[in-house]
Amino acid sequence: MQNLFTAMLSFSLFALISGILLAIATRFFKVEGDPIVEKIDALLPQTQCGQCGFPGCKPYATAVAEERAEVNHCIPGGERTMLAIADLMGVEPKEIEEGPTAPMVAFIREDECIGCTLCIKSCPVDAIVGAPKQYHTIIAKDCTGCTLCLEPCPVDCIDMLIKPELLEHWAWPLPGSNRAELGHERKEQHHA
Amino acid sequence: MYEFAVILLSTILVNNYVLAKFLGICPFLGVSGKVETAIGMSFAVMFVMTLASTASWLVQQYILIPLDILYLQTIFFILIIAVLVQFIEMMIHKTSPVLYQGLGIFLPLITTNCAVLGVALLNIQHDHGLFTSAFYGLGAAIGFGLVLILFAGLRERLDGAPTPKAFKGSPLTLITAGMMSLAFMGFSGLVKF
Amino acid sequence: MLKSLRSLFQPKVTGIYPEKHKLTATAAIAEAPLSSHYILPLKQHIGEICTPLVRVGDRVLKGQKIAKSQGYLSAAIHAPTSGIITKIGEHAITHPSGLSMESIFIEADGNDQWDTTLATLQDWKQLEPSILRERVRLSGIAGLGGAVFPTFIKLLQDKNHPIESVILNGAECEPYLTNDHRLMVEHSEEIVLGLQMILHMVKANTAIIAIEDNKPDAIACFQRIITAQELHHIEVKSLPSSYPQGSEKQLIEFLTKKQVPAGKLPLHIGLICQNVGTTKAIHDAILWGKPLIERVVTVSGDAMPNPGNMRVRLGTPIDQLLAWHGLENMDGCHLIHGGPMMGERLGHAHAPVVKATNAVLAFLPQTMMAAHKEESPCIRCGDCSQVCPASLTPNLLADLCRQDQFEKVADYHLFDCIECGCCSYVCPSHIPLVHYFRYGKGQLATIKREKAFADESRQRSSAKEARIQREKEAKEAAAAKRKQARAATAPVTPPTQPTEGQS
Repeated sequence: MQNLFTAMLSFSLFALISGILLAIATRFFKVEGDPIVEKIDALLPQTQCGQCGFPGCKPYATAVAEERAEVNHCIPGGERTMLAIADLMGVEPKEIEEGPTAPMVAFIREDECIGCTLCIKSCPVDAIVGAPKQYHTIIAKDCTGCTLCLEPCPVDCIDMLIKPELLEHWAWPLPGSNRAELGHERKEQHHA
Repeated sequence: MYEFAVILLSTILVNNYVLAKFLGICPFLGVSGKVETAIGMSFAVMFVMTLASTASWLVQQYILIPLDILYLQTIFFILIIAVLVQFIEMMIHKTSPVLYQGLGIFLPLITTNCAVLGVALLNIQHDHGLFTSAFYGLGAAIGFGLVLILFAGLRERLDGAPTPKAFKGSPLTLITAGMMSLAFMGFSGLVKF
Repeated sequence: MLKSLRSLFQPKVTGIYPEKHKLTATAAIAEAPLSSHYILPLKQHIGEICTPLVRVGDRVLKGQKIAKSQGYLSAAIHAPTSGIITKIGEHAITHPSGLSMESIFIEADGNDQWDTTLATLQDWKQLEPSILRERVRLSGIAGLGGAVFPTFIKLLQDKNHPIESVILNGAECEPYLTNDHRLMVEHSEEIVLGLQMILHMVKANTAIIAIEDNKPDAIACFQRIITAQELHHIEVKSLPSSYPQGSEKQLIEFLTKKQVPAGKLPLHIGLICQNVGTTKAIHDAILWGKPLIERVVTVSGDAMPNPGNMRVRLGTPIDQLLAWHGLENMDGCHLIHGGPMMGERLGHAHAPVVKATNAVLAFLPQTMMAAHKEESPCIRCGDCSQVCPASLTPNLLADLCRQDQFEKVADYHLFDCIECGCCSYVCPSHIPLVHYFRYGKGQLATIKREKAFADESRQRSSAKEARIQREKEAKEAAAAKRKQARAATAPVTPPTQPTEGQS
């Protein structure tokens, strides 16, 4: 019987001492803030489009960091972003539901614009310029293609156009890939 | 001196914990994706193993034997390991958040790394002294780290290689691990310990 | 024993020895006839695109500046002949993408009348280097070896890196190409004069003329001039005719045993390299006041009826150039812009000759088929690492690029790859290694650009949020103030009416 008490007492005592030591260590090695949110945010494309179901990139990054959201909700970021986040979070990569889309840019048909400024308010990156009762226009260089300006426009004068391929942004396709074939097709078309 | 050298040689190459004794396979497969994290993990395990084997020897000699509660050996040892792992987790979180992220779930899982417990128990079984125990733990950890880093290097190269789809991922990893184990069998018979 | 030990310390043998196919080595440079029209893309160099100085309908003279450089890293464009500007718009160019570029179209009037506003600088020896450099800049000269880097930037003096020596690059290592070779044989005097001008501009003391040993006639020409004029500071050196001997960094290492550090320029070790064609252009611009409006182009290949070297005006449509050499029907034959090793497939034959055009090659389909076999898996023979002049491991790099593992390629020094094509040439599995590296480099550039755009968007979005927050706070503050004011004035409100009444 005494042996049992010795065992219980010694183990509890040992555990208590360890606990106290750990508690002291916790104080000593306290970590300030959570840099992981910033890191995830840095990986996101910053379209602020809300397609992930969160009102912007930062909120989504916070949600992923707190494990409230899966890593595969960023549609504009595509597979590359998903893999990067999964790698950072140390979780298994997940398939993205929607396929990658061509990069888009919004365009205002200016003769139809009534100058209501609603789209300016909705643009998350301030890429629309204009004043009340004046035509608005989109700074194509700064537009992220988030489509958030389409909804508020009362006269539906905003179009989403496919971003034109720029010569200086052209990159060699992967050998033997579909894109490589596409390049040749374009050449043939040009020739005709 | 000679004895310590033999212990190191034995634990690192001949009786390698991962490839000869098949202990600690979980982190061996889990954190061998990148050389960088493998190095971090190796140092973490080195720290835990050396301290755990020393501490467990002390507990064995000064608590378990005097109080005659040897049947509590495993639970005491696990407690020591858990405390050490918690400690090192906090330390890594503070000093290197990147490594902390890279190690992920495998860092707390060192607690259940059977290699650590195995070293502590084998120390007792082999009737090692305090320093021998520490060295035995250190050697085992170096062996673990060496194999982990080598394996991570292999996996990094294999990642880039165009492999058949059926082999991609775990199958290739397991085959590679098996081949490494076969290679390490070459060391058996080098020393008898 | 000693010999084998010594061989360990000797520089590694890199590069390859492809068949040279110099079909046109003895063909004198022919003068191109006047074409009916010329097309000048607004960017023919590395750097920023030019802006046109002319409008449709304007009459221009030969050598008149028609597009000015915008920004620092740029080279102006001049009219190749006198005529009328008929159009400024998109036209196909010699780019592997097949995309087009804004170009100026000139209809030749047949008079070929010179614009004489650019004075000749006969007394260049007395002039300040900065004046000569400005002339080089105004003349739109860019490296004619193929890199088309604006030349005047290379000629700048840097106090921290004084230039000790100038290397004149006469190593034309690509098979088929003979344009530099012929230029050296036929214009060696001008080139030596141009080299002296460069020496004057960068205040260097010595120069090396580097020529491969398969061009003994060119070596002899230079040696004769140097002995005759007693130019003891210029040395002619013969090089083994391996490929890529003409690559700047490899050439420097062979000649001086010094390595240009990764990511650095030759000027950082006190050297500059100039191509012979560029040197001739510098000479023409300074001594004769002629801007860069023409260059020598090798027209060759086994599908070419009359291969030759031709002095062609920039902007000449390539199909016109081919027609002059007897190739009218291009169906079925493969056109390559540049040499067979580093050149790119020419998508449209109506693209114009630009500053970078050192050759146009036409090959029969069976030749191309023999050269481009189906890719098979890597057998890890290591031949590619053996021949790589930049000492890289091409097979591992290609694996990483293929698997999109771009975060690792920096460790394998992808950006030190000069895309010379030696690895693809020797690969027994016919892996298009250079194509993978180009893919990798392009993807990395895309990632970098997207990251920069994302960072900018983040800034804009947080700025907007901050502004909204600020406005909200200001509004609240104003409301609170009004409320406070109202509260403060509340007891005194009754007097407002009486005051009104009083007034």
